[in-house]
Amino acid sequence: MKYLHLIRAALFRRKGRTFLTLISIMAAFLLFGMLNGVRQSFADAGKSAVGATRLQTTSRLSFIQPLPMSLAARIEQVDGVEEVTWANWFGGAYQEPSNQIFTFAVPPNYLDIYTEANVDQAARERFAATRTGLLVGKTLAERYQWKVGEQIPLLSNIFPNADGSKVWTFDIVGIMDTDDSFMSQTALLHWKYFDESNPYNQGQVGWYVSRIGDVEAADRIARDIDTISANSSHETKTQTEAAVTANWIKQTADITLITSSIMGAVFFTLLLLTGNTMAQAVRERTAELAVLKTIGFRDVPVLMMVLAESVSLILIGGVIGLGIVAVLGPVVDAMSGGIVNLPPVGWSSWALGIAIMVLIGLVVGAPPALRAMRLNVVDALAGR
Amino acid sequence: MQRLKGFLLGTGLLLVVIAGIAGWLAMPWAGALGVAVLLALWMSFTRRGRQARSVAAVGLTTLPQRLGSSLVIVIGIAGVVGVLVALLAMAQGYRATLRKSGSTDTAIVLRGGSANEVSSVLGNDEINVIGDLPGVARDADGEPLISPEIVVAANLPLRDGGPDDLGSVQLRGVGPQAFAVRPNVELIDGRRFEPGLRELIAGTGARRQFAGLDVGNEIKLGSETWTVVGIFESGDSMQSEVWADAATVASAYRRGSSRTSVLARLTGVDAFDTFKAAVDGDARLSADTMTTLEYFEKQSSQMTTILRVVGMVVGAIMAIGAVFGALNCMFAAVAARAREIATLRAIGFRGLPVVIAVMLETMLLALAGGVIGGVIAWALFNGFTASTIAGGTGQLTFEFEVNPALLWTGIKWALAIGFVGGLYPAVRAATLPVTAALRES
Amino acid sequence: MSDMIQIRDVSKVYRRGKQQVEVLHHINLDVESGDFLALMGPSGSGKTTLLNLIGGLDAPSSGSITVGGERIDRLGAGALARWRAAYVGFIFQFYNLMPTLSAQKNVELPLLLTKLGRAQRRKNAAIALQLVGLADRAAHKPGELSGGQQQRVAIARAIVSDPELLVCDEPTGDLDRQSAEEVLALLELLNREHGKTIVMVTHDPKAAEHAKHILHLDKGTLVEQVESDPARAEAARA
Repeated sequence: MKYLHLIRAALFRRKGRTFLTLISIMAAFLLFGMLNGVRQSFADAGKSAVGATRLQTTSRLSFIQPLPMSLAARIEQVDGVEEVTWANWFGGAYQEPSNQIFTFAVPPNYLDIYTEANVDQAARERFAATRTGLLVGKTLAERYQWKVGEQIPLLSNIFPNADGSKVWTFDIVGIMDTDDSFMSQTALLHWKYFDESNPYNQGQVGWYVSRIGDVEAADRIARDIDTISANSSHETKTQTEAAVTANWIKQTADITLITSSIMGAVFFTLLLLTGNTMAQAVRERTAELAVLKTIGFRDVPVLMMVLAESVSLILIGGVIGLGIVAVLGPVVDAMSGGIVNLPPVGWSSWALGIAIMVLIGLVVGAPPALRAMRLNVVDALAGR
Repeated sequence: MQRLKGFLLGTGLLLVVIAGIAGWLAMPWAGALGVAVLLALWMSFTRRGRQARSVAAVGLTTLPQRLGSSLVIVIGIAGVVGVLVALLAMAQGYRATLRKSGSTDTAIVLRGGSANEVSSVLGNDEINVIGDLPGVARDADGEPLISPEIVVAANLPLRDGGPDDLGSVQLRGVGPQAFAVRPNVELIDGRRFEPGLRELIAGTGARRQFAGLDVGNEIKLGSETWTVVGIFESGDSMQSEVWADAATVASAYRRGSSRTSVLARLTGVDAFDTFKAAVDGDARLSADTMTTLEYFEKQSSQMTTILRVVGMVVGAIMAIGAVFGALNCMFAAVAARAREIATLRAIGFRGLPVVIAVMLETMLLALAGGVIGGVIAWALFNGFTASTIAGGTGQLTFEFEVNPALLWTGIKWALAIGFVGGLYPAVRAATLPVTAALRES
Repeated sequence: MSDMIQIRDVSKVYRRGKQQVEVLHHINLDVESGDFLALMGPSGSGKTTLLNLIGGLDAPSSGSITVGGERIDRLGAGALARWRAAYVGFIFQFYNLMPTLSAQKNVELPLLLTKLGRAQRRKNAAIALQLVGLADRAAHKPGELSGGQQQRVAIARAIVSDPELLVCDEPTGDLDRQSAEEVLALLELLNREHGKTIVMVTHDPKAAEHAKHILHLDKGTLVEQVESDPARAEAARA
């Protein structure tokens, strides 16, 4: 610790160079903060504790194929299933068909199973009492500046209303004040209203969701549910919510591959850049290092000092970069009104980021540190 | 006073840089060529130009001694350009695949207001009306070249997953004229499906993504068994699909006589307006139509925009890092050559040639970086196959496409980075007080 | 008085490319504790090499070197570094101060290798600076000091950990006459009042006159041993 001021002095020996290098490092970790957040949120999607306690049952034929209403009562009887709810895809859009909104038609007990929707009791009562009631996610409400009590039209790009038009009118009865970024952008309407108004539906269900008590028994329960309709015209496939999400992400894009390739390129470049800076910094200090060794500083402390210098250089730049993402990320999200959704920098990003900073610092510092350690004092003092 | 002058100079430079980059990134290749020719002429025929050339030549001959830091510029910029080009190539490939799926002499008819095929429904009566509309081409027997189609999503086991790892493929039931409406669909193995039988043909892209799509194999769609009888290739998004007879698909999916869309071959590229007017004007139809080119461009536009924006943002942040890296290296290079530059100025070289020479050196390094980055992106990613969920229903396989326009974009970015990274050190070199620099060891 | 330094039959051979150059040739030398020895000789005569050997910066090719009872030619690199920190203070021609540190922090450097606490380090450094007459310049960086002042900071650094031996390589080589005299007077004071043994390499006869003994090196051998005349030295200073 008593060498700290020596490291600090060395670091800011050439302020200009250190400043320029810091900005490069900052840029690299800015990217890391953003990309790792994206990678992480895709990797974690559906992995929540509640996600494992919910089973989704869809048609084995295709996820757009509806299932009969009669299945609900039979699924409820499967051993281990605590409660069953269901949903239909509504396919809503606001004002323009291109402003798509994730809209689902659900029965009231949907909110008992999806407790993370975080709808307060008053709103739930209003929802239960209003046939045309609509619950909207927090982000969604902010984007379109919707207020509770407002009446809004939604276009369904699939289903006509009872009067044959595709415009459905809803009364906003509550806001889902949820931390879940997907749910925060969805809207929920009454399944009954949907089913009765829509001439095409007639008692069909998009998919079932069952809450189970014992997570360990998920596979067995899923098999039991699928057995109900085996060899019928509507075979089902039941998976945990986590598995469903993972499968979708896998099919959408290999996010891990893309983000890790970019980060690989970024860090490789950074390695070279700071490596060069550190080599320069140590080369021009050759005489000073020789004096330190003359005075009696031994090899290992000299090695450690140079390593500490390069690790702190990367740490300073890296922490600033990650800090910028952490601070500005939510600001950007808010300013874009939910269009951009940068995931927050979680502790795992910080931990991984700092580990990478230390690693890069060591790799980058190692060659000049070894050079400093092996420095021949006599030659260095003579300027050779 | 000195401070104010320095501040004004710095601000002025910043404005020059912003204007320069904005102009530069918007410039077509011909403009850039013109700038290069002008620069070459200036350097050959004016006194200052010749001075700049000789200063630059001295700098370039000392490059090998500064190999380390020169390489940092080259590789740093190569990294930026490589990532940028790869991301743009992804967007490009995706867009190209969907664009290729459309043309101006075929039209798609959907129910009014439908965003895509899956969310559209057309009844049997409507389909019959469409075949008789003006603008629709007919075959030798006088039958209209239309294909009423039904598009559904089907679950199939993924090729690289477990037996229960299902992915979604787009299953298209097509009418008897489908192959005449889409002449680019070519059977490369097996035969076509027989109407009425549970037979299907698979595109090459679908075969790559899903297990069991080989001729002679039986696959299960829900509880029913289908036989794969052929493999087709189309070079566009169709080859990510599985095709079967429309009536068979409709009965399997309990859709009765309704279809999702109608694809019509028109009598020519100029027939679309007539056709559209007929569709819009017919009271029996509540349908929309557009050329398939327009339809697929719409389908791809959102994803392409997202990919391009992501590419640009990532590229821009990386570019900032690279600019500062280049600044660092060039400041060091200028400092190392301060004495030499001061000597040149002491014997009468002017400031401008020194500025140009230092910039030229940086931009040459940047150019090398841009070319290397582009070549690496091309070598690694051109033709690289990726897939995503498209149109909300099935997997779409597409290839990354690194084309000359993208490479040119990459090189422009590289030169812009080199420009900024060289400008400030160059001005430092040219404004360094000669006496101080000469005394510096 | 006992011998501070005993050099027995020391040779030093450098390899320059394919050639072997013998810089020191069978040197024998004794320096008493409390001595002030000037080493003179033309460039290339091996004075700095001999000084480096005495200071424990370099190892002889053959022969033995004993300093303060320790066979330093037998010590490994780590032990030698520890030994230097405890027993030797170094003074260089170009001062070799850390440009980024204040005078105070420069003087404190050797104390970082001791077990002394922060407050004690600061106090000792202040005393050393006071001794060289620069207490009022403690906060200045080397760039803000004159050459003579910088060399006095370097001397403070050399004595702060109270070593018995000071080795000086051309300490006045880069100074004007007056600063040189001040530095030499300081060295004499340290020798006389504080009992430091000093070995100084110089090519300046006027500087050498401040020493108690002068030795001449030529082509790697000691040529004569001259007792400096204190009276003449006194006269030269007046």
